[in-house]
Formats: sequence, structure tokens, C-alpha cells
Amino acid sequence: MTRRFDPSTLMVWSVLLITTVVSTFPMYWLFANALTPITAIPPLTPILIPAFSLENFTRLLSTSKYYPSWMINSLFVSTAVTIWHIFFDTLAGYAFAKKNFPLRTIMFWLILSTLMIPIHVTFIPLYLIVRELGLIDSIWALILPGTANAFGIFLMRQYIQTLPSELEDAARIDGCNEFGVFWNVILPLCKPAIAALAIFTFVRNWNDFLWPVIALNKAQNYTLTVGVANMQNEFMTDWGIIFSGAALAALPMIIFFLIFQKYFLEGVRMGAIKG
Amino acid sequence: MQYIAPTRPISMRRFFEKHGWSYLFVLPSMTTFTIFVLVPVLWAFVISFQKYSIRSGGRWLDPIYDNYVEAFTSLNGIFVISIRNTLVYSAFTVIANIFLGLILSSLIQPLTHRWRTFFRAAYYLPAVTSALIIGMTWAYIYNAQWGFANYILRLVSLPPVRWLSDPDIALASVTLSAVLTIPATAVVLYSAAMGSIPTEFYEAAEIDGANGIQKWWYITVPLIKSTTLYLVVLYTIASFEVFERIYVMVPSGVGNSTQTIVTQIYNNGFKDFNFGVASAQAFVLFVMIATVAALQFRFLQSDVEY
Repeated sequence: MTRRFDPSTLMVWSVLLITTVVSTFPMYWLFANALTPITAIPPLTPILIPAFSLENFTRLLSTSKYYPSWMINSLFVSTAVTIWHIFFDTLAGYAFAKKNFPLRTIMFWLILSTLMIPIHVTFIPLYLIVRELGLIDSIWALILPGTANAFGIFLMRQYIQTLPSELEDAARIDGCNEFGVFWNVILPLCKPAIAALAIFTFVRNWNDFLWPVIALNKAQNYTLTVGVANMQNEFMTDWGIIFSGAALAALPMIIFFLIFQKYFLEGVRMGAIKG
Repeated sequence: MQYIAPTRPISMRRFFEKHGWSYLFVLPSMTTFTIFVLVPVLWAFVISFQKYSIRSGGRWLDPIYDNYVEAFTSLNGIFVISIRNTLVYSAFTVIANIFLGLILSSLIQPLTHRWRTFFRAAYYLPAVTSALIIGMTWAYIYNAQWGFANYILRLVSLPPVRWLSDPDIALASVTLSAVLTIPATAVVLYSAAMGSIPTEFYEAAEIDGANGIQKWWYITVPLIKSTTLYLVVLYTIASFEVFERIYVMVPSGVGNSTQTIVTQIYNNGFKDFNFGVASAQAFVLFVMIATVAALQFRFLQSDVEY
């Protein structure tokens, strides 16, 4: 097994190395440009080794007056939607996994089937509904529809089904009502699945673009993705600002991923729906 | 736990004592689903047969399917072109993703745990970044003047290419950017599927004298078939819905050459406010995706588990 310098081993490692470079290069290049002071058109010889200067970023924050509020909006929307899903998806997942009640199967399939529906079908009526509620140009236009996502309910149901029922019964004998069972027994046992759910929900909402671009009109109400997409019109030739704006929008999720890597990869497996 | 005599009819009170909590637990989720998904889907179906304006509401069309006719015939059939563009993009992306995912996960499988984690993380990193920013970065790489792609061409003395502004090339450039994004989900799911194949299968094959490639082709590949099927559906649906990448890389659309189904829905719905036609087009996408999902279901039913 440990024969070194075997030609096939060499080939394997070069394939892995090349794909790693191809996979990470676009992000690397974005950051290299963002960390090198540029005020106009980037140099014709691409910047591969950054100058590690934060000049573009300080210019970004002093010129683009709404950038901080875009970041706060993204943070608020993602956090609010994530909290909803952690609590209510686990609650619904518990009922769907362990309870037997009339219409259970129909309700579950109804929710599950929405995973197959292209979200774009809903945008026009959603726009009309949100407009009727007076929420256009408000972050609630993102938060409220964000609570209707089937991924978490499915994930939590799958996970809770694997938990033994003895602990729940023990809690019932100790006098817990159904909510007590959920709160004291189920919720603490679900931590690994909740970690995956929270991470995916947060990232999905942070990176969301099409619905926010429809629902938000005024620059001060944008989320980060919408704001960054519009920067190209605003700072046409000041590429330093555009690069640093895009890099700064991507950075939180990259750090997030590096810290919680294990849960991300675990979550991809848990969330896979087969059959 | 509770004993209910089978002959006694269950009263309302009994029913709620037994099931009240369950309904309470699913109520919040069912409510938001109803308001923000189920009602909109049904309403969109209605609007797809109407002329709809924000001020005066919906009016039934005569003939009732007129939006569907207009969807396909308006502007010299641009929607047909955009369906074709979407299918071309999807075919290349899905095949490349499955192929790369299968090869790369097979290559990292024999490595130590540490290396496997490293490569999976390196491949996954772009997947946590928004499609919009990935698309922007590729737009910079493709920049005709100072982009990295043309720099490489200069290095090997080739003439520069107008990657995103040449109508004959733009779709290929966008597709290439998607192909070169390593399919992280495929690598992770294939790795998991390969890890769960019992080692006895390989030992038996070794006794029969199978070499590494034979073991891979005759044992690994068939046994991860259900993962392949799942990934094909996942990537097909995702590429049918391609939008951000196009929106940010070729904002003008370079004529019709990079219009896709979702850019058409967006343009008709939220630039021209032609809600009826946009809804009709969204339902065409719906049918395409439902067909793919139904095919998966069909195949999985005939699947053999081990």
C-alpha cells in the first residue's frame, strides 16, 4: 500500500492537486485583487500575490455608505430565519416522526413535494401577497417567506425517527406533557441535526439573491448579495472597491465553513433525500 | 398508553386530548407553508391563464391558454431559444459534475482520513459562497481586457477571446465556469456511499483475481447507482434553474445567446410586469422539473438494495 513514486500514485496526486487549484482559484484571485490597492482598471498582468493591504476595504467602507447596513440586513434575515427553522422544524419533525395523527401522511407529503417545485413559480403571487401586506422593501419580505422551506422538516423527521422512544416514555411517566417531552428530551438529543440545519439555513439565506432582488428596491434596504450585485453600476471603474465588496460579502461564510466544516459535510449526507 | 375501548365512538374531546399536541406542533410550519408556498403555487397557476395587472387584478383570457401561446411565440420564440440554452447548459454541467464527482471521490477514497477531509473541504469551499459572487469572480476572470483567462492565452501567444461578449461563445464560457466548479455535494455523497460498501465484496473479487479498475467498475460503480441517480436529479434541477451566474456574467444577455428559462421568467415578470406570461413560463419549468423527479422515482422503485 505504501509504495512511493509509483507512477499511478503520482497521477492520482496531480489530479487531486489540479482540481483543488481549479476549485479554489476563483476565490483566491478575488481575494488577491481585493487585498491589493487598485483604484482604476486592474493591471494586465494579473495579481497573483496580494499586497496584503486593506486600503480597498477602507475605501469601500468610506465610499459605499450603505455597505454596513447591507451586512446587518443579511445578518438579521439569516439569523431570524435560522432561529425559526431550528425551533419549528424540530417541533414539526418530532410530530411527523413519532406521532400518529389523522392527515399526518398527507401533510408531510404536501410539505415534501414543495422541495420539487421550482421556487420561481411562487415569486409573482408572493410579490402580490407581500405587497398586500405592505412589506415590499422591508426585510420581513425575506424573513416571512424564508420560514416556508421543507428541507429542515424533512431533515429533522429523518433524524428523530432514529431516536429510541423509551426516553420519551420515561419523561411522560415523570409527568411531562407533550411539549415538555419535546423540550427536555427531543431537543437536546437533536443537537447534531440542528447544527447541520442551522448552518445550511444560515448560508442559504445569506447567499440568496433572486427573491431579495425582486422584493427590495431602495439601496439602504438591500441585503449583501443585492448590494454587491449593484456595486458594478455604482463604482463602474473603481475595481478596488468592487473586488473588496465582493470579497467581504463572501468572507463570513468562508470563515463559518472553516470553523464548522465537520457539520457542513455531515449535513450534506443527512440532507440527501433518496426515494 | 391510553386504553380506548374499540366500540366506543371517540368524542371530540378525546380526539383533541390524543392529537391536539401533534396538530399544535405542525401548525406553525403548515401555516407558513400554506401562505407562502401552497397558495402562491395555486395562484400562479390561475395567473398563468389570466391577464394580470397590479391595479385591476386578473382577467380570464380568451382563449384561456393564450399566455402559453404567447410564451412560446413572442419575440421570435426567444423562450424556445432559452429552453434550448438551458438544456445545453444542463447537459454539459450534469455530465461533468457526475463524472468529476465519481472520479474525485474514488481517488480520495483510499487516502488517509486527514487527506480525505482536506480535499472534501477544498472542493466544498466554493459551495458556501453565493452563486452571485462566484459568477462575479468568473466575470472578472473572463474580462476581455485584464481577465485571467486572456492572460493565459497571451502567455501561450493565442489571440484574446471575447469570452462574454461574443454571442457564439458566451454560453460556452458560462457553461465552462460551471463545469470547472468542482461538484462538492457529489464528492461528499459518493464518498459516503463508497464507505458503506461491505469490504467482503472486494475481498471476494480479489479471490476471483479482479484488479483495481475491475473492482471499481464491477463493484463500486453499480453499488452507488442510487447515489448517482439522486445526484443526476439534483444537478439537473439546479441547472434548469440557473440564474445568478447568467445575471451577473452577461447582464445584457448578448442578444438571445445566454437567455435561460429563469432569466426569461425574471425579465417577463419583473422587468416587463407581464405576470401572466411569466407564470406560464414558470409552469413550463415546473413541468420539466416534475418530469425529471418522476423519472427518478420510477428508476428508484426498480432499484436493488444491498
